[in-house]
Amino acid sequence: MPTLNDILTLLPELYLTGAVCMLLLIDVFLQADQRWVTHWLAVLVLAVTGWLVVSGQPTAPTTAFGGMFVRDGVAEVLKVFALLASGIVLVLSRPYLRDRELHLGEFYTLILFATLGIMLLVSAGSLVMIYLGLELLTLSSYALVALNRDSRLSSEAAIKYFVLGALASGMLLYGMSMIYGATGTLDLGSIRAASATSAHPTLLLFGLVFLIVGIGFKFGAAPFHMWLPDVYQGAPTAVTTFIGSAPKLAAFGMAYRLLDSGMGGLLVHWQEMLAVLAVLSLAIGNIVAIAQKNLKRMLAYSTISHMGYLFLGLANGTPAGYSAAMFYAICYALMATASFGIILALARTGFEAEEIADLKGLNQRSPWFAGLMALAMFSLAGVPPLFGFFAKVLVLKAAIDAGMLWLAIVAILAAIVGLYYYLQVVKVMYFDKPEGEPLRAQVDPSLRVVLSANALALLVLGLWWGPLLAWCQRAFAG
Amino acid sequence: MTFQLLCFYAFAAVTTLAALGVITLRNSVHAVLCLVLTFFSTAAIWLLAEAEFLAVALVVVYVGAVMVLFLFVVMMLDIKQEPLREGFIRYLPVGIAVAAVMLAEMLALIGVRAMAQVPAPANPAGDSNIAWLGETLFTRFLLPFEIAALILTVGIIAAVALTLRRREGVRHQDPARQVAVDPRTRVRVVKMAAERGQEPAA
Repeated sequence: MPTLNDILTLLPELYLTGAVCMLLLIDVFLQADQRWVTHWLAVLVLAVTGWLVVSGQPTAPTTAFGGMFVRDGVAEVLKVFALLASGIVLVLSRPYLRDRELHLGEFYTLILFATLGIMLLVSAGSLVMIYLGLELLTLSSYALVALNRDSRLSSEAAIKYFVLGALASGMLLYGMSMIYGATGTLDLGSIRAASATSAHPTLLLFGLVFLIVGIGFKFGAAPFHMWLPDVYQGAPTAVTTFIGSAPKLAAFGMAYRLLDSGMGGLLVHWQEMLAVLAVLSLAIGNIVAIAQKNLKRMLAYSTISHMGYLFLGLANGTPAGYSAAMFYAICYALMATASFGIILALARTGFEAEEIADLKGLNQRSPWFAGLMALAMFSLAGVPPLFGFFAKVLVLKAAIDAGMLWLAIVAILAAIVGLYYYLQVVKVMYFDKPEGEPLRAQVDPSLRVVLSANALALLVLGLWWGPLLAWCQRAFAG
Repeated sequence: MTFQLLCFYAFAAVTTLAALGVITLRNSVHAVLCLVLTFFSTAAIWLLAEAEFLAVALVVVYVGAVMVLFLFVVMMLDIKQEPLREGFIRYLPVGIAVAAVMLAEMLALIGVRAMAQVPAPANPAGDSNIAWLGETLFTRFLLPFEIAALILTVGIIAAVALTLRRREGVRHQDPARQVAVDPRTRVRVVKMAAERGQEPAA
């Protein structure tokens, strides 16, 4: 039976659950022009949850509900940044949603439920919890993508996401059933202990392959990336910003729990598989991105390539490698909110600002936003001294330490290819003449402040990365 | 070969064939009926594995409720089958070849030997199946159980968010106003002078 300690360990999640239900009820009684109440309450709920996560963090890793739920340093860091990214997404998307009559209470409820799914996923101590946390996250995401019912592109994206997501969940479950068959337990710690002495090593390995397929899909790593560009382009930009940021932290958490906590004994096997996924993602992501005219699609392919970099750190398989990968996931989430945030800021009624050509001459219209976008692009490309550069250095070092020098060389070559299309955006903003209707940035003050802080954080964290890196390393040290 | 094993093979074969029918039959109503058969024979397999409660729940919930609803939906949708199946025959050989190779590989890798091993029963204490399931669900698996409830909540919210639409100019009933109606505003009693009817002619 659950004790009070179990409940206290789960306090942030329980608070978030209760708060979302309250918010759902409060929103029903609000008129459309009072939605700002829901908006700021949702941001407040995220902030309080973040405070509960940090303030109640136990000194040693604690489990609750008989090992179902793990509260350790890794979960803490990932939860804090997932909550931060969700909060940024909420603030950035309000003007965009208001202009498109998509400013629904359900948007907030679904985002908060998805965040709850992320929190449960990164704290999972059992295969059942991983699956349920993941479903909570993806089910909310499917609905969010389909939120704009009148857009054909949006519905198409939602159907694609739903069908492929269901397929990937099926793969993951199939792999989990094989692992259960080979080890006879669902608990990740027991699986790790049993995997060394399992009577069915091939069955276990087979299950592992299916797990990797599921993980690859959730990350959007090549060759399981087909859904990503369509979903990024088709979904309302506010939703794309969410899908591009916080769930990447969840995907890292899921991969860490499954591969290290559960299948740590099979490191030699999954290391190779992740290396293959990394090479394919780096190559396909960076090369196909060059051909994109649509900014959202280009950023989707850029995501694929960044997941390749993240796998470099993950494939290292040591605490140093994991902390590099987590650092990269955090860095990517912040870069994604900044770059999609610019699209949100420039969009207005009847105009999406999602083509690269739409940014022509942005510097003359709005130098401040052009500067922020340039910061985001340089950081994505990995130009020193920005945040993205240091994160890339860390994962490259992890790959070299793991003896995969060739992989590091591929990654550096891919980064050089990537530089081209990121700089293309900068060139369009600064050197092309503006055409068509003048671009006007949103004047919403909260959006301006948060977006500026987000983009400037990429510069600040690039210079003072020490505390964040130390936090990531401490999380894996225990 | 025991009778139980024979039953298992029979039910497994029916399940597989019915599942194949779901994805190959042209008539979508027939496909739904095949799905009912799949669920039913799966329930029979679960009965063989002594999971009585799950088997009964599958029949009652899925066959009894969900599939009937499905059948209604499919009958109402009136889907034109032909355009949906354009590429089906063309890709069928490739699909079958890939599936066959995958099946052969999996069997070769895992081996039939591994499958022949009977896993330990989940319920060593020998309680009744329902009692054991209920107790496990509310003790060891309490947290996953509650999260499953949250997932259902998200399902409801998503369904409402995606389908509820306030349409202007649609006539609808307001029960509160219907109940509160005053008879005097609806029925007007008109006093008229009595009229002498025409005498029938002859």
